Amino acid sequence: MKILEKLRNEGRAEDMQALVEHIPYARFLGIEVDRKGSEITTVLPFKPDLVGNTMLPAIHGGVIGAFLEITSVIQLLYDTSCERLPKTVDISIDYLRSGKPLDLYGRAVVTRQGRRVANVRAEIWQEEKAKPVAASHGHFLLTPV
Amino acid sequence: MFEQSLQMLPPHGQAIGMEMVGTEGRVVMVKVPYAEHLVGDPDTGIIHGGVITATLDNASGWAVRCHEQYQEGQSMATLDIRIDYMRPAEPHQDLLVNAECYKLTANIAIVRAQAHQGNLADPIATSVAAFMLGTPNVPREAVE
Repeated sequence: MKILEKLRNEGRAEDMQALVEHIPYARFLGIEVDRKGSEITTVLPFKPDLVGNTMLPAIHGGVIGAFLEITSVIQLLYDTSCERLPKTVDISIDYLRSGKPLDLYGRAVVTRQGRRVANVRAEIWQEEKAKPVAASHGHFLLTPV
Repeated sequence: MFEQSLQMLPPHGQAIGMEMVGTEGRVVMVKVPYAEHLVGDPDTGIIHGGVITATLDNASGWAVRCHEQYQEGQSMATLDIRIDYMRPAEPHQDLLVNAECYKLTANIAIVRAQAHQGNLADPIATSVAAFMLGTPNVPREAVE
């Protein structure tokens, strides 16, 4: 059975933590979802596997990109009911600061949702939300239920 | 130069199984063998877009070092990367990335890259990235 359908049948359509645990790469990165009411914050606890620059050290740009993408998709799945996982059409990432060897937090906003495509902006930070590490905007293809 | 880069395969590159295949002029070729922990959609077995992002980003950085005007040892930081996903990757096939730095100035390098599975005419994703050159690359403790 498809995972989204399975979660819906179990009455856990809003359980984004259960969803990320079903995505092998998200599980491998160690992504967690913190939900307070309708506010979702994704968490990426630091681990040495995530490092891209051992000299600084800094978190890998690809990990940052993946975290932004997963944060966007989780918000999108929480806001909409989809048959399958949204497909990324494109994503544009601005790297604003190097990621320190600390936990990362992410939030996303669906800026526009059409019938087939959604625009999503996401931002991730570490110690201070006012000092984001990276920001992204992407387009995602939806498969409404 | 590239033996040195290979030794500098970042921990996350190792974690996803990234390998440097070789270079041809300015083009850097990188491979990520298919693996279960890289899957993004368990319904299909297709690898996660984030793996493609990480590989494009990493290969693009290597491509800057491959440019003939790049000064060995010069540090850099990714400013931005834009990725267009063309089609889903075929499950159980290796991910390949070709990256080329087509412009390098005193401060900025611009790199385009394609992610594919053997046929460059049918890419999985393409990207364009800008890098800032000569950024500080000393341990944080030394700065603070």
